[in-house]
Amino acid sequence: MTTTNLAATNTAAAARPAARPDTVYFFGTCLVDMLYPEAGLAGMDLLRHAGVHVVFPEGQSCCGQPARNSGYVEEAREVARAQLDAFPSDIPIVVPSGSCAGMMKTHYAHLFEGDPDQPRAIAFAARIHELTAFFVNVLGVKLADKGAPVTVTWHPSCHSLREMGVSEEPKALLRQLANVTLVENKRERECCGFGGTFAVRQAAVSTAMVSDKLASVRETGAGTLLSGDCGCLMNIGGHAEKAGDGIRCRHIAEFLMERCHGG
Amino acid sequence: MSAASNTARANILGRLKAAPGRPGPDLAPWTPPTYTDKLVRFRQMAEANHAEIHDVTAETWPARLATILNNRGVGRLMVAPGTPRGDALLRAAAQGVPLPTLVPYDQPVEVLKDALVHRVDAGLTGTRGAIAETGTLILWPTAEEPRLLSLLPPLHIAVLEEDTLHDTLAAVVRDQGWAAGMPTNALLISGPSKTSDIEQTLAYGVHGPKELIILLIRKGE
Amino acid sequence: MAADGGMHAEHGPRFAERAPDALNNPQLRRNFRRAMDGLMAKRAAQFPDPAYWAELRERGAAVKARALAKLPDLLERLESRLTANGVQVHWAETTEEANAIVLGILQQAGARTVIKGKSMVSEEMHLNAHLERHGIEAVESDLGEYIIQLAGETPSHIVMPCIHKNKDEISDLFAEKIPGLERTGDVDELTAAARRVLRERFANADAGISGVNFAVAETGTLVLIENEGNGRLSTTLPPLHIAVTGIEKVVEYLDDIPPLLALLPRSATGQPITTYVNMISGPRKAGEKDGPTAVHLVLLDAGRSRVYQDVELADTLRCIRCAACMNHCPVYTRVGGHTYNAIYPGPIGKILTPQLQGLDAAGDQPHASTLCNACAEVCPVKIPIPDLLVRLRREAVRPTETPATHLPPLYSTVVKDGGAERSWTESLVWAGWRLVYTRPLLYRMVTRALAWGGNWVPADAPLMRDWTKARAKPRFKPRTLHDLARERGYLNEVPK
Repeated sequence: MTTTNLAATNTAAAARPAARPDTVYFFGTCLVDMLYPEAGLAGMDLLRHAGVHVVFPEGQSCCGQPARNSGYVEEAREVARAQLDAFPSDIPIVVPSGSCAGMMKTHYAHLFEGDPDQPRAIAFAARIHELTAFFVNVLGVKLADKGAPVTVTWHPSCHSLREMGVSEEPKALLRQLANVTLVENKRERECCGFGGTFAVRQAAVSTAMVSDKLASVRETGAGTLLSGDCGCLMNIGGHAEKAGDGIRCRHIAEFLMERCHGG
Repeated sequence: MSAASNTARANILGRLKAAPGRPGPDLAPWTPPTYTDKLVRFRQMAEANHAEIHDVTAETWPARLATILNNRGVGRLMVAPGTPRGDALLRAAAQGVPLPTLVPYDQPVEVLKDALVHRVDAGLTGTRGAIAETGTLILWPTAEEPRLLSLLPPLHIAVLEEDTLHDTLAAVVRDQGWAAGMPTNALLISGPSKTSDIEQTLAYGVHGPKELIILLIRKGE
Repeated sequence: MAADGGMHAEHGPRFAERAPDALNNPQLRRNFRRAMDGLMAKRAAQFPDPAYWAELRERGAAVKARALAKLPDLLERLESRLTANGVQVHWAETTEEANAIVLGILQQAGARTVIKGKSMVSEEMHLNAHLERHGIEAVESDLGEYIIQLAGETPSHIVMPCIHKNKDEISDLFAEKIPGLERTGDVDELTAAARRVLRERFANADAGISGVNFAVAETGTLVLIENEGNGRLSTTLPPLHIAVTGIEKVVEYLDDIPPLLALLPRSATGQPITTYVNMISGPRKAGEKDGPTAVHLVLLDAGRSRVYQDVELADTLRCIRCAACMNHCPVYTRVGGHTYNAIYPGPIGKILTPQLQGLDAAGDQPHASTLCNACAEVCPVKIPIPDLLVRLRREAVRPTETPATHLPPLYSTVVKDGGAERSWTESLVWAGWRLVYTRPLLYRMVTRALAWGGNWVPADAPLMRDWTKARAKPRFKPRTLHDLARERGYLNEVPK
């Protein structure tokens, strides 16, 4: 497994607000909205517990990634433009998904190439933060664990790692929890095989990937798999459930909220 | 060049020239590594490349080589007459140093092919220097010291002077101004011939030499 | 959203249909997994310092980008320097033309047998088969290439062509094909057997054919790297040497070579340098005792000048063929090289093949990726492979037309067979998606409808079927995050 880090130039670490903001936007993502709303709510509640006012604009829908990745760039751009409109104030936008954050942070400038809204898209991109990185790098949160002893493992999404440059932050949060033992997966950096439409277009390859991923998760001995991306969770968790595997797959926000603030 | 090739040339270049222009980026800064002790680095890397290094002196290396080769049972050693290293060995042999039979590479390959391919056990060359970063020998074959001398015999012996160590390829290409005059063939050699095509298992001597011996002439010795 | 199958039946099975053969072959899966794990670990060990790696690859990328920016000029300079050095330069627009040129040179020299160094461009040309049809025997001398030539197969990896085979399979093959060889499982013995056979081939070959890693315009130098010595033999022992290369291999200065050499073997096989770096600047000069008396270089286009037309897609041409992208690709690792049914497999192949062969033949390849970015992370010349995959997905459904300013206007679309994957159903789906996702009220109505009835979608519905074969159905929650946020009192707007 490679340990190479990309230079910070194209990662989230490059842009940090100088001071701790008192109000942030929350971009829930479409997948969380419909399938994992409790994870999104936990993310907002955690921000609130950290002393930040959270605004959840009603006009938000999706970052546009599904269409962009399918080659439907114009459709993606229009949906992206709707997000530019939905988050008008110049405050950080916190996203409980490395993948959606990566889409907005690293692809919006190109998506709006030649479009009058490009400057707005670039400014928007600069305000994007992945949730766990925001907790660690911007808010410097301190967590107090109130839960029973448990062993967990971490699954970073590819875009969280390689677009947002978020690698150690979520693990640092988990290590703050006194009763949580984090066992690292030695194939942690390998893709779980979700890839959006890839999972159905290339169903056989995707299945091979997710079953290898689940096998590597089992090797850790942890009963719970945590991730910051619901696409991966839907894939790995769905596969674990179908395989009758007892491994629980959860969004890190929900887990942290439950341990530190009783859900 | 044939008419067809001419047409192809015109079409290819025409298409490339008609393409939208693009700015060529300035070269990004890059500082190749330097080593406080080049010899230590060279030794470490060359040995990692499976080369065998013997420290020798400018005066006694032929005798030392004789011992090394006799221990290995080398019967026929090909040398390059007209080069300092080749001539030194020929002189040493004439003076009674117990070297293997010396076979001169003194005729074109067409004449010597059978001997080169089948009937020599080792070949000896000089070197133009070496690169510490990667444990690499630099050879510029010449009319006197042909290309195949370092390639066909199963054992390649290269004589290297400590003074000619450079940090990196980048440094030597720049400092020596290679671009002003490249030879017919310039070679970088880092260890013996090897392959890992079968199950990523290293095996030496697949086509070229199975062994590389470096006779390192130490400074001031 | 799976593209309609029937339209492409004439091109044989698509990637998704070929993949199960490899996926269901446990031996193949183990061979690749083991090999790729090893290569990834070895590469990582070569770049221990992230800052130095970043600086070096920035330099490598810039060297290649600058060379591409001046490509036509550099090709002319390369030609004129090589010609001055005594190398004969030929140009071929297509692989057929390149084959004809090579055959012509060989026939003129009366050559009957050829020994070959490893060359992916010659694979692209299907050169061996062409020569064979004209009575010339071409023997591969790279051990991996020799093994697959004996087996009658094609390379499954661009650096380690027989990586799909394990030792037992090679032992059986050698015992069957090499006269007088007892079956042996010893790698040294297998290697020695190949050396014996190929030594004679080298000694008797009338010509050597090789590829080129870098061609230096400044000095007229062909740089070839290798570990075995077969590349040096192919280019030194026979009286005639023909090198074949793609036009994108030219770099401007000899000073550009060191950073590229510092990147290529490290990225490819995790070696600091290959055993041999062979820099050829001309044929044997008067008085020299060996080396070919004639050296030819064939510059092949075969679609590259078309790739060059688009400034974004032209990044593809920076590739130095290290294969790090495939070594790190979770898809390649599982299906191996043959599933791609192309000369260049893996991530680089997924962007190169559709551009060289067209989207009609290979428009499905850009979809054989999760866009995980592992390839982009390790590419030593910073080719944005995932972005180019997305660009090609777009070209397959909504092609960019060739700007009218381009001369000559040979093509209607920038990428060959643009629009080959267009599908009305898919366009409709995305048009509907756009409609819903750009209108907040409509979006909330639809998501509420899904919250209420989404779980009624049967597990065997189209698309859902492909998902539920291996996974549980996703579950829509009774209340969306929009609902929960309002209930919990989160504001809709930043307070003034």
